[in-house]
Amino acid sequence: MSYNGALKTTGVVALPPWRSSLLFLVLLLGLCALVGRAVYLQGIHNDFLQQKGDARYGRTVDIVAHRGMITDRYGEPLAISTPVESVWASSQQDEAATPEQVRQLAQALGMDARDVKNRLFDDSRDFVYLKRQIPPEQAEKVVRLEVPGVSLHREYRRYYPGADMTAQLLGFTDVDDNGQEGIELALQELLSGKAGSERVIKDRRGHIVEDVASIRAPKPGSDLALSLDSKMQYLAFREIKLAVEQHHAKAGSIVVLDAKSGEVLALANWPSYNPNNRDKPATKMLRNRAVTDLFEPGSTIKPFTVATALEAGKFTPDSVINTENGVFTVGGRKIHDTHPYASLTVAQVIQHSSNVGAAKMGLSLSPETFGSSLSEAGFGTATGSAFPGEASGKLRDYHKWMPIEQANMSFGNGMSVNLLQLARAYTVFANGGELKPVSFLRQDAPGVGKRVFSETTAREVRDMLELVVQPGGTAPQAQIKGYRVAGKTGTAHKVEGGRYVDRYVASFVGMAPASNPRLIVAVMVDEPTGEYYGGLIAAPSFSNVMGSALRLLNVPNDAPLGNVMMPPAGDDAKEET
Amino acid sequence: MIKQPLWPRVKRILIQHLDPVLMAGLGVLMLVGLVVLYSATDGNWSRVLAQVANILAALTALWVVANIPLHYLMRTALPLYALGMLLLLGVMTPLGVNSHGATRWLNIGVATIQPSELMKIAVPLMMAWYFEKHEASLTLKNYFVATLLLLLPVALIAKQPDLGTAILISASGFYVLFLAGLSWRIMGGLFVAAAASAPFMWNMLHDYQKHRILMLLDPSQDALGKGYHTIQGMIAVGSGGILGKGYLNGTQTHLDFLPERTTDFIFAVYSEEFGLLGNIILLGIYLFIIGRGFIITANASTYFTRLMAGSITLTFFTYAFVNMGMVSGILPVVGVPLPLVSYGGTSMLTLLLGFGMLMSIHTHKTLVQT
Repeated sequence: MSYNGALKTTGVVALPPWRSSLLFLVLLLGLCALVGRAVYLQGIHNDFLQQKGDARYGRTVDIVAHRGMITDRYGEPLAISTPVESVWASSQQDEAATPEQVRQLAQALGMDARDVKNRLFDDSRDFVYLKRQIPPEQAEKVVRLEVPGVSLHREYRRYYPGADMTAQLLGFTDVDDNGQEGIELALQELLSGKAGSERVIKDRRGHIVEDVASIRAPKPGSDLALSLDSKMQYLAFREIKLAVEQHHAKAGSIVVLDAKSGEVLALANWPSYNPNNRDKPATKMLRNRAVTDLFEPGSTIKPFTVATALEAGKFTPDSVINTENGVFTVGGRKIHDTHPYASLTVAQVIQHSSNVGAAKMGLSLSPETFGSSLSEAGFGTATGSAFPGEASGKLRDYHKWMPIEQANMSFGNGMSVNLLQLARAYTVFANGGELKPVSFLRQDAPGVGKRVFSETTAREVRDMLELVVQPGGTAPQAQIKGYRVAGKTGTAHKVEGGRYVDRYVASFVGMAPASNPRLIVAVMVDEPTGEYYGGLIAAPSFSNVMGSALRLLNVPNDAPLGNVMMPPAGDDAKEET
Repeated sequence: MIKQPLWPRVKRILIQHLDPVLMAGLGVLMLVGLVVLYSATDGNWSRVLAQVANILAALTALWVVANIPLHYLMRTALPLYALGMLLLLGVMTPLGVNSHGATRWLNIGVATIQPSELMKIAVPLMMAWYFEKHEASLTLKNYFVATLLLLLPVALIAKQPDLGTAILISASGFYVLFLAGLSWRIMGGLFVAAAASAPFMWNMLHDYQKHRILMLLDPSQDALGKGYHTIQGMIAVGSGGILGKGYLNGTQTHLDFLPERTTDFIFAVYSEEFGLLGNIILLGIYLFIIGRGFIITANASTYFTRLMAGSITLTFFTYAFVNMGMVSGILPVVGVPLPLVSYGGTSMLTLLLGFGMLMSIHTHKTLVQT
């Protein structure tokens, strides 16, 4: 092959030198820009960008810790955590779910399709929960739909086998498994454990591609044994519900204590709610009234007045007190007895719940002696149960007592207590004068008591308390077949706006077997309608709970089975305060 | 004539119009492209093989063009340009195919084609031909006509809208004008005019195009939306560091965070896995090819061939610069692939057609063969 003719070069406009220089300059500038940018991104700024890059795919995911189980003293579960799944979605961009998938997803979740769509395509958020805590079977269905960006997250849901029986005592947890009320709140630290975390690689759609390394395993919460006895709890709950409903009362509570150890064996309130139901219960149902609500104790304080007076050596059980035919004036104010007597022995003051007798005994003491004695019995200070929201109760400083106040205090007016506090105070009569600490947790050894009264005084007062349930006392209905019972009724006017109104709190606190008390049961019924005396309203519930509980514990009888003697219908139960 | 043995003759026919230096540069670059594509597709062999097929088809086109003598090549300028314009107008008729909000394709029954790709070759060819024709007596009027020849198709393409292609064709046409000796004053004037019309141009841009430019200024203001591409590109490039994360180890790529990772953003895949060092090597390969292009340009024998060779070389540079600039976040996101590396048959074909012309220019030293 050959070419004919020279290269055609005629008339070619030669490129001026400055043009090629300019070209090379531009080329060089472009090159410098690219290299400079690469050096900046990869050599200087790369740490930041790498970190950003890592943040795109590497995420630290919490591994929820299993919350500790709450059991009763025998290991019966009261609160358990069951695994559930929560459905979440990462932000949907180009990997959008089809309308059909959205529809199926909504159906599987039992949600409104529009709601699901709104959550899925919420641009402002990277991560959104579609529905939390669904059962594993339902979660399975969601997974099978394979909707892009939708994943599951393991969580735990709290379940309370006791439902409304233990509702206020145990409290509940929120959706993040944090204790909100009750024991769940009080012992949150112990129960919750520590969430673990694991670092995982996720692709853009949020699928977990690979578990890189579990950085920290979750530390499950500790299991917790309460002092509660489920069977007694059931008894207490059943009885208080019955009493409140029967008497159309506003509310009621029952506390059962182990008389020796001070452990709380049962604590029930009515009205109650089912914590397994997700609907928010009314606030009035949430309160653990036995601990958080205060009331005037009324006559249930009289045994402490009597014990203090006996201890001071001014009276013996047989001392006769002039009860002034039921009317006694102190500082211009009159104190009445429902059953007027000219005179009563100290024991009879307890038996008939005489206000005049109690006032006279109280007034015989110095404010200091009487006040200190009440303080030592635990009035005016919290029980130390550490229950959230516990009210300490009011006991005025004895330095400022007027005589009429001191007189009123003798029969439990002008002070306030919660039911747990009142029940605990009675441990002094069950334990030879020693006050026991209360506890919601199972104790291996009985708590160390604190002496308030001498053993003799305690026994003497306990003997008097046995008269209360005998015919002629205020609470024969508190008697139990086969067991001796010692207890005291209370019927107190409620105070509203600083004045006494014609609404009442009926109460009964007692122990059995009286020969060697094992249990203390305190019953309080708030605003019963119709009858309102503690002996009529609270004593029957006491009898039912205590009797069943003693038989449950196989406590040997200390009385013949024919011991229950009901008086002919009368008005012995009547008392005021 | 002594009959030569068969093989040397075949070999001669096969390679006589190919430029071995340029072929080596292109070959290395395309090989790098295949290697990166394997990673970008998560080891999808069928995609890689499809790209091999694209390359083979484009290489055949290159060989054919390289063997066409220049005077034939010149003769194709006008018909090609006319055909391209016709097809571009056709896109605006109901035969145009709309996809993702842009009408860039034309349905010709058996397939859909993208006429703007043809114009990447046809426009500089036409302009070079035009200048060659009026070489002896170039006046201002000729530059004006040549500019018009450039702006007409660019306007049609920008309207589709296809900003990336419009910019590339503008650049290739501008290079012809520049190399044809467009006076310094006129260039200055054009520059001023362009600057002055910028606000109007801004208003003519589509919203998404405005967004892309705004995103460049601050991609983080819409990190999950419009700024996503830019941010992901920068993150992937930056994550590579000096030495890269290693082949097949790019997390942004393999965890699906990087958009368009086989096409426009393949540079980010490469950058993440091979780092700054890899980038410098890649730039070196591009420089090598561009350098060879300039040598061919400098040795071109005619006005037409010089204009054509210069334009092809500079356009190739522009391609690479715009793509890398876009991925590393110094230029707005426009749809320009990384030349000879990104997946796709069409750009491979047009690029290699251009290089075929370069080789033809280099190996046919005369316009008239006897």
